Amino acid sequence: MSTTLLLVQTLNGLQFGIILFLIAAGLTLVFGVMDFINLAHGVQYMVGAYFAAAFTAMTGSFFLGLALALPAALAFGLLLEVLVFRHLYDRDHLDQVLATFGIILFLNQGVKFVWGAAPLFVPIPPLLSGSIELMPGLLYPVYRLAILAAGLAVAALLFVLVSKTRAGMLVRAGATNAAMVSALGVDIRRLFMVVFGFGAMLAGFAGAMVAPILSVEPGMGDNILILAFVVIVIGGIGSIRGALLAALLIGLVDTLGRSFGPNILRLFLDPAMASQTGRALAPMLIYILMAAVLFFRPSGLFPVKR
Amino acid sequence: MSPPAAHALEPAGAAPARPKLARYVLPLVLFLALALVPFVARWGGEGYILALAIRVMIFGIAALSLDLILGYGALVSFGHAAFLGIGAYAVGILASHGFNDLFLQLAAALVFSALFALVTGAISLRTKGVYFIMITLAFGQMLYFLATSLAAYGGDDGLTLPTRSLVFGAPVLRGGFAFYYVVLGCLVASYVLCRCVVASRFGRVLRGTRENPVRMQAIGYNPFSYQLAAYVIAGTICGLAGVLLANQTEFVSPAYMTWQRSGELIIMVIVGGLASLHGAIIGAAAYLLLEEQLAGYTEHWKMIFGPMLVLLVLFARGGILGLFRRSGRG
Repeated sequence: MSTTLLLVQTLNGLQFGIILFLIAAGLTLVFGVMDFINLAHGVQYMVGAYFAAAFTAMTGSFFLGLALALPAALAFGLLLEVLVFRHLYDRDHLDQVLATFGIILFLNQGVKFVWGAAPLFVPIPPLLSGSIELMPGLLYPVYRLAILAAGLAVAALLFVLVSKTRAGMLVRAGATNAAMVSALGVDIRRLFMVVFGFGAMLAGFAGAMVAPILSVEPGMGDNILILAFVVIVIGGIGSIRGALLAALLIGLVDTLGRSFGPNILRLFLDPAMASQTGRALAPMLIYILMAAVLFFRPSGLFPVKR
Repeated sequence: MSPPAAHALEPAGAAPARPKLARYVLPLVLFLALALVPFVARWGGEGYILALAIRVMIFGIAALSLDLILGYGALVSFGHAAFLGIGAYAVGILASHGFNDLFLQLAAALVFSALFALVTGAISLRTKGVYFIMITLAFGQMLYFLATSLAAYGGDDGLTLPTRSLVFGAPVLRGGFAFYYVVLGCLVASYVLCRCVVASRFGRVLRGTRENPVRMQAIGYNPFSYQLAAYVIAGTICGLAGVLLANQTEFVSPAYMTWQRSGELIIMVIVGGLASLHGAIIGAAAYLLLEEQLAGYTEHWKMIFGPMLVLLVLFARGGILGLFRRSGRG
């Protein structure tokens, strides 16, 4: 367990965490403000990745592709809101789960229909390719650092938006008591739509950013959706701050658990046993963490006060 | 959710508006029709029809067990497929060590399902609403990843059974005909058990906690213990479905307990109509037959099925049984 490896994996974990945050931020706002379970949030991440892949292939430049993918993801999110989601806000959670599950089925198959079942590959833009030496002996890909930087920048922007602007104030007020905000004369439907579109765009942005390092394929949003739910549940639903901390925590625990779990277990168990148990435990770690958090704090680490 | 709590505690039989037809005739017709399927199937495509009907009945058991907690307790468990997995892996793991006896496998499956339900239920039921949905999902995922890491039992790829379960050493389940009626027997037994649970005082308290847990507490019941007991019963019955599923496919894999599978079980219950038990069986049949039918037209059948689900939620509340009831009331 060398220091270099530990540092590399920590950076990987942070980068994974920040991607998770971009997805979870939209999810937690939609959930906190509208009390709406959107299982289709994961496919919006997938759609963002597909848009980025398609536009990059079309224009020949990743940055142009990204610039086109963002408004496309926003428009797509708004379209879904108008067509389906706005009719579900007053329904119970079960109806929402069901309808958004239907959208997952449709879109997972839809991208297969349009782009084929084979994964798409997006080249890393030349400007951000290669690695740099962070420390003697510690090479790290520039693109992953760029993801980390872009994610942190978006997170900072989001904090300013939510905590300093009027729209952000309304969002926070909506998360605390939507009925009261509506009674005070705010067009709550429009607020919902804005939050929804914004959340969809953030998820799309996350998808577009990881397109060059992951394969873009149908169903890529399904597992990350579950992780995003774990994040917002640990963080406390409706809390941006909770989502950020929980996302980084999950990113680090998952990445470090997978790479060092077996080594740590080797301190207590014999090697064969340790690697077996380690491999079994690593993917379960974050769910164990979540169950433990909910056991002691049934509404997450940073519950929104009502 | 709408009826006032005072009504919730009335015995089900006292409700005069509900036609007797839906409550007794429909399930009887359903089971009778299922009992006749093998005879009808003789005229053509026997193997295919039997296999499909067996699959419907197995998922019918799973869906009806979910209906017990989802419909009667309003506990939205998003990890119910885990119990299918426990049942299936009980068969797979024991069989791979040479223990092929059905009763041994069944006992292991039921005990482990009940234990898993007891432990995870006790933790999950501390939370409410969406947190409950998510924590049951988390437990389902834990078990899924545990199964993918069981390298000795096939890991990701799953495990092929050497043989279907034996009854006192005899390969009773090998014939399609016999296996069909064993599954049907399990379905009827599960249905009758759940029906008795629902009709009992326990069932009425459970429905009371669905309508208003605070009032139930105020009149001296502890919702937690009733909900936990229902959760354990539902999980155990679903474990039975897992045993049957492993025997039908002669294959065990982590794919039985993905979160999407849990979602499908919820769909089956809702499509059929919540809180009616036989509705869940009809829902399972509708889901699987539609899947089979649409998949016959196009490989992109999910592009048709997904929007159908959305439309169902938006416009047809109450599921298939809801349609019956509406027409019954005129």
